[in-house]
Amino acid sequence: MSAPLLQIEDLTMHFPVRGGVLRRQVATVHAVDGIRLSVEAGQTLGLVGESGCGKTTVGRCIVGLYKPTAGRVRFDGRNIAGAGAGELKKIRRDLQMIFQDPFESLNPRHTVGEILGEPFDIHRIGTSADRAARVQALMERVGMDPGAVDRFPHEFSGGQRQRIGIARAIALNPRLVVCDEPVSALDVSIQSQILNLLLKLQQEMGLAYLFIAHDLAVVKHVSDRIAVMYLGKIMEQAPAETLYRNPLHPYTVALIAAIPEADPFRRKVHPLLGGDVPSPLNPPPGCRFHPRCPIAIQRCREEAPMLKAAAGGDHLVACHRAGELRLPDTG
Amino acid sequence: MNNTILRVERLSVSFATEKGRLTAVEDVSFSLRRGETLGLVGESGCGKSVTALSIMRLLPRPAGRIEAGRIMLENTDLLRLPAADLPGLRGRRIAMIFQEPMTALNPVHRLGQQVAEAVHLHRPELDDKAVGQEVVAMLKQVRIPEPTSRVKAYPHQISGGMRQRVMIAMALAARPDILIADEPTTALDVTIQAQILSLMRDLQAETGTAIIFITHDLGVIAELCHRVAVMYAGRIVESAAVETLFRSPRHPYTQGLLAAIPRLDRTPKAPLATIEGTVPALDTMPPGCRFANRCPRVMERCHLAPPPLVEVGEGHAVACYLYS
Repeated sequence: MSAPLLQIEDLTMHFPVRGGVLRRQVATVHAVDGIRLSVEAGQTLGLVGESGCGKTTVGRCIVGLYKPTAGRVRFDGRNIAGAGAGELKKIRRDLQMIFQDPFESLNPRHTVGEILGEPFDIHRIGTSADRAARVQALMERVGMDPGAVDRFPHEFSGGQRQRIGIARAIALNPRLVVCDEPVSALDVSIQSQILNLLLKLQQEMGLAYLFIAHDLAVVKHVSDRIAVMYLGKIMEQAPAETLYRNPLHPYTVALIAAIPEADPFRRKVHPLLGGDVPSPLNPPPGCRFHPRCPIAIQRCREEAPMLKAAAGGDHLVACHRAGELRLPDTG
Repeated sequence: MNNTILRVERLSVSFATEKGRLTAVEDVSFSLRRGETLGLVGESGCGKSVTALSIMRLLPRPAGRIEAGRIMLENTDLLRLPAADLPGLRGRRIAMIFQEPMTALNPVHRLGQQVAEAVHLHRPELDDKAVGQEVVAMLKQVRIPEPTSRVKAYPHQISGGMRQRVMIAMALAARPDILIADEPTTALDVTIQAQILSLMRDLQAETGTAIIFITHDLGVIAELCHRVAVMYAGRIVESAAVETLFRSPRHPYTQGLLAAIPRLDRTPKAPLATIEGTVPALDTMPPGCRFANRCPRVMERCHLAPPPLVEVGEGHAVACYLYS
């Protein structure tokens, strides 16, 4: 078997918190704490978790927006964690990112044509006439009217702006696109258009995605495999359908149980989880989920469980009591 | 029917913009019964929040203006209420909670003080000690852990979910007839949302307060509401009991919306149903049905005049020429 396109090993990202007149480091945010993930070429890995779990930080470490505290990010076999600007520029052709708010990631003073032409300028691809044709083809590919090439980002709706963000990301035929909450700012009817577009582009171009989102139903819809994060750690990782049919980690079970379904005949009567997510400034000892876990035992408070294979080789879970909490019947 | 506590009748609201006065809500009618939860669902800009603000008489003025209609709270038309009577309406008879409680709480006052203010306002007969006890009881009622110590905390010291609980406690302080909840769980994580929805359901069972729950999330509607009105581009396109709406939606927009939601029990990576196109801008609203440009079943007459909301079954109304 060939090596995965992207392999993350023991990735750790700690942010210092500074305080006092001397701006000394007074605390540390443990945003990501030693995680391991891989994405195969042409496949989608979904990364799901609630706010503050570290999923966005993982994405930013991969594309080089953050220099990780420790660990390796291997892209196509090479470690790119903390790569310099020159090396990053080369990698960027193969490794791109789509952001949640396309408005904030698009220069408001540039036309769509300028925004989409920029990748070709930076990498000195084609003549200027050739670039115009490429921009036009890109716009068509993402379902935009090429006649809008001279308009500015603010003239477009949120869904159209996200199409521009996607077009820019795929301009240079990348191999991996990190998608950070690409549809969470969009209305449902627009969200489904964008999800379909991402699926279509994956098929046509053989793209791999790391799809980061808080909405498990959306993540499951686009992913081959899903990793569930909580407070900087991976709790469970499995093929998408397996994760939903047979969740083994109590947090995954609770997450599935908390999603309101568009079906009044399947109401979720009692929430499984009480309390709030603890602060990543001071993560709990042992398993990070233990203060909210309905089946935690003494061991969970003392010993952090390792992520290990369960039930076949491709289902990983980090829990001392894996598989013991089941989804409640809905009524 | 004396079971009805609030009736919105043919409400139209306009806003002054750079492009002139534009209608944000048009010809909206619905009723709310005692003790029920009515969902108002729709995508951004559909007019659901403007409708709620009209009921509270909180439209920004002079930009926002009621063009037509009545809002009857029992036998009083709220739109004709003199300004002097508004404090007796807001909070006392109708209370409201918002998406971001941080903007509604005063950041420099302790929580206990703010809740006490709400209690004092509505029950001036209580002395300080009794108010203090009431505050703790109320925080306990919304399931805030360690309420006696939390009264000393400032808003930024507690989580978003906890802040929303405090808002709910304050909103219910005066035992209002109606609670309007405008996207109260949208900013919260899904496991916290589940806690808040469960809390609201339990409190309603205890107090009998009628709730208007505004959201863009059909899942939340299915979870919590008894009846639902679907809004699109300023108009109600369909209303029904939740079971009816989710089992047999009739309006092409409702059908499209339900089909477009990614669901956990669907096959991964299969294409989702979509509603093509986008909502028309307020200044380019068509004279006919506002959904016509995106509707898969559009007919010639849809472009001429807006379809009226007509009854197609018991308590089930649809504004679509396919049914009238």
